[in-house]
Amino acid sequence: MNELSQPYPRTGVAPVSWFQFATRHRASIASLVVLVFPLVMPFTALAVNILIYGLYALGFNLVYGYLGLLSFGHAALFGTGAYLCGIAIVHFALPWYAAIALGILGGLLMAALIGVLAIRTRGIYFAMVTMALSQCVYYLFYQAVDWTGGENGLRGINVRVIDVFGIKLNFLNPLTRYYVIAAFVIAAFFVLSRILASPFGAVIEAVRENETRAKASGYDATVTRLITFVLSGGFCGLAGALQALHLSIVPIEILHYDTSGVVVMIALLGGMGTFFGPMIGAAAFLLLENLVSVWTVHWQLIVGAVFMICVLFFPAGIWGTLISRGKP
Amino acid sequence: MAGLSLDLIALQLFAGLALGAIYVLFAIGLSLIFGMLTVVNFAHGAFYMVGAYVGVYILMLGGSFWICLIAVPLLVGLFGVAVERVLIRPLYGRGIDYPLLLTFGLSYVIVEFVRIAFGKTGFPFDTPEILQGAVNIGVGYFPLYRLFVIGATATVLLALWLFLEKTSFGLIIRAGARDPQIVRVLGVDVAKVWLIVFGIGTAIAGFAGLLAAPLQGVIPEMGGTILAEAFVVTVVGGMGSIGGAVLAGLLVGVVVSMTSLFAPEMAKVSIFALMAVVLIIRPQGFFGRAGLMS
Amino acid sequence: MNEKITKSGSISRRRLLTTVSTCAALAVSPFRINLLQAQEATIKIGFPVPLTGPYGTEAQDQVRAGQLAIAQFNDAGGLGGRKAELVVRDDKLNPGEAATRTLELVEKEKVNFVVGSLSAAVQLAINNVTKERGIIFNSISQSDAINEAADFSKFTFHEALNPHLTSGAVGRYAFSKFKKVAFLTADYAYGHEMVRGFLEVGKAFNIENLGDIRHPLGTSDFSTLLPRIQALKPDILCISNFGRDQQIVLKQATDFGVKKTTQIIAPLLSHASRVAAGPQAFEGVIGGCSFYWGIEDKFASTKAFNDAFRKMYDGKLPTDYGALGYGGVRTVLTAVKNAGSVDTDKVIAAMEALKYDFYKGPQYYRKCDHQSVQSVLVIQSKSKDMKNESDVFDVISTDEPNEANLRTCAELGHKS
Repeated sequence: MNELSQPYPRTGVAPVSWFQFATRHRASIASLVVLVFPLVMPFTALAVNILIYGLYALGFNLVYGYLGLLSFGHAALFGTGAYLCGIAIVHFALPWYAAIALGILGGLLMAALIGVLAIRTRGIYFAMVTMALSQCVYYLFYQAVDWTGGENGLRGINVRVIDVFGIKLNFLNPLTRYYVIAAFVIAAFFVLSRILASPFGAVIEAVRENETRAKASGYDATVTRLITFVLSGGFCGLAGALQALHLSIVPIEILHYDTSGVVVMIALLGGMGTFFGPMIGAAAFLLLENLVSVWTVHWQLIVGAVFMICVLFFPAGIWGTLISRGKP
Repeated sequence: MAGLSLDLIALQLFAGLALGAIYVLFAIGLSLIFGMLTVVNFAHGAFYMVGAYVGVYILMLGGSFWICLIAVPLLVGLFGVAVERVLIRPLYGRGIDYPLLLTFGLSYVIVEFVRIAFGKTGFPFDTPEILQGAVNIGVGYFPLYRLFVIGATATVLLALWLFLEKTSFGLIIRAGARDPQIVRVLGVDVAKVWLIVFGIGTAIAGFAGLLAAPLQGVIPEMGGTILAEAFVVTVVGGMGSIGGAVLAGLLVGVVVSMTSLFAPEMAKVSIFALMAVVLIIRPQGFFGRAGLMS
Repeated sequence: MNEKITKSGSISRRRLLTTVSTCAALAVSPFRINLLQAQEATIKIGFPVPLTGPYGTEAQDQVRAGQLAIAQFNDAGGLGGRKAELVVRDDKLNPGEAATRTLELVEKEKVNFVVGSLSAAVQLAINNVTKERGIIFNSISQSDAINEAADFSKFTFHEALNPHLTSGAVGRYAFSKFKKVAFLTADYAYGHEMVRGFLEVGKAFNIENLGDIRHPLGTSDFSTLLPRIQALKPDILCISNFGRDQQIVLKQATDFGVKKTTQIIAPLLSHASRVAAGPQAFEGVIGGCSFYWGIEDKFASTKAFNDAFRKMYDGKLPTDYGALGYGGVRTVLTAVKNAGSVDTDKVIAAMEALKYDFYKGPQYYRKCDHQSVQSVLVIQSKSKDMKNESDVFDVISTDEPNEANLRTCAELGHKS
């Protein structure tokens, strides 16, 4: 049950509820919010982190929210995107757009690799396999010190000027950096929205709701899952690449299962299977972490407790709960 | 390779068994809880850590290590029972992911509570006097305490086996693992059974934490690494299978021990690779039931 | 064994929280236009350290000592009336988080300088962010990589020791006595750097290298490695790791009886680790460190530092990491005073020209890599004849400040 399945009333000119309006223009609305976002955040770098983790969660949500598969290995996709983008710039001196493209490609390929190995397992086992495989990826990147910097991380991803059709943007300026990254995130919104609205998007949900029936209707569930996982990798890879450019480093921790855990928390917090959920979840999580860690060193307690409360009482997450209350 | 002798290999094997013993205890609790409740307890590492800290506290109050051996599993088990009743029970019927997610958040909370109560640097934990020193086991000197750990683990396993095989409550547990519906129809209060199983599982985890304390000291984060490694054990052995957990635990301990001998850098990768291979080829592990979780 | 749970440093923790929350409140509040006028004049030093995580204790020591340096600067009149301020942030020992915090400090707080870090990976991350934006960063924890040309920039300074220097000092002491050496090394950058330092010194002393056994970072059980090591029958076991890994291996090595036949040496022994692991595990172990309060008999500056710290923090003595926090901040502020301004290039020149003795004897920054050339103390852990609860080490030897003990500028990739 999500926004996609709202029918239009048939009499005359259809009065459109705010909810239907939001659904139809979800990418545009999300984009608008993104554009004014930095003005309300404590500092710009945090706003960028929220964008990036929101995009990461968006990719994850495709697999967990829409497809119904819990993956504990998404850090591998996020991290591979970051490292490939970084390696492209540090070791091959490629221009920024090529590096980002490589990041997306990296995410897609790693997702294909993990997906092919994991996709036949289901339920809890899928979560365990993805975790195990992503830990393997972590150790492999850790050992490849010459490429990745190993434990010290990859440094030197220094992009100072973004050259767009002759216009030179100062990437070191916080606001400029935000809007450049926002441009990519907005593009991702539109792509995702298209995917979900397409017939394939409907198949994804059909497979989640009733796999037997979907198969009887002629859809290959396994292939659907694999494609969805790979697409998810593309979004997470893009998020990783943007992270590498934003921080100018890639820390090895990005591949650790903690990073997989974070995206699970964000997705749940925001609301799975919804379009705005992941972004809202990322904002809530990072703001909570940022504000709480200023007042007390025990921020993990608060964040963990909030998460548990959500699991117990608000499983639909912040956004999910809001829409189910506000639905006409 | 310099110095590689049969004696050394035998010694490494023994070390692997001792290492595996802790894995086994930890994984048995995980496996029991998963087999009976189909709950993946992400907070299992936290219970393990709490067991170690309860031991520290008892020692601070003046108690001895031997008192800890009894008190720690009892107290941790009670804590586990409380958690199941209050936090996990409301989530049954909502989908397999929810208890997993809840225990995931719970682990953060428990660890932070311990940091607040006991500080973040942790405590040294001295080996009890009688168990200090090393014994000549034929192939070389081996720490006495580690032999004790192997022995204690074997005792717990024996007790568990007797409980499951020879008592009527054990019978209910085994029946409930096979078919909870029928057990309910037969008039058994499944909820109470699950409560007790969760308590037993966490009690064993706490006991494992206490045993591990003299080996590596006690810090709030000690549950994290062993949790990931124990997932390997539970998966390889088969979720829900005690025998599988034992075999896999010892296997993992020995694998880590042997890879340390030849290529220590690969020790960590090797167990996760093992886990991935098993999951892909035979997802139910050694002794798990096929199609147990989809 | 029966230690009481003490809330150590509760007063200074409160002060820390007050500072942090005041800064945060100032930063977050929308009504900071009025405050902007006042902030323009304050000299801000960003201070990212891992307040949460396993090194929280060390980090809090760094903050306390850094605050002392700030207080001394302000009490002496500051820079023509301009006061200094420490803007503390928690980097959670995570390089990604450290980068974000540094971005906040530079872009939003508009700090003039950054001092901090307590891990190799974290300082490299902070350094990458600060050097791109032309902000001076004085690192106060160990790293070899930060001296190397790839990571270095004119804005990068390194007050702390590096693994090469530390292991060199300990090696010079130990290898003069025994020749048959086995190595147990944590398999990560820092471990490799330490072993490299030992091996280089070892060459000069003609040691017999019995083998270098690697263990993965975060190993909690060395039982599979120790028998192998004992079979090699070394005179010296050189253990290159840090923090919890070190505490565990020393404990287990003691259990396995390694100390009966072998002298254990480690490149770095930290006060906090010694306290956490307890006397038994560390007993008899020899290692290096940058600072020990006990050298106050030797240097007036140490005594002055100890006394000022005791006065500000209720009788507590500063530790090794604390001293680095102090030195890191005080050198920057002294350079500012000498330069008469906060202009980056002028302060860099002042720091390069600085010859100082603030807490442990004479120091200066080498020109090519801004590494602080300083003494290294060789210490041995003890548990008897303790003058007070902080007296956990004996200083058995000192490696005097000498550029020859560092890697050469050419070796590090710096063009002259």
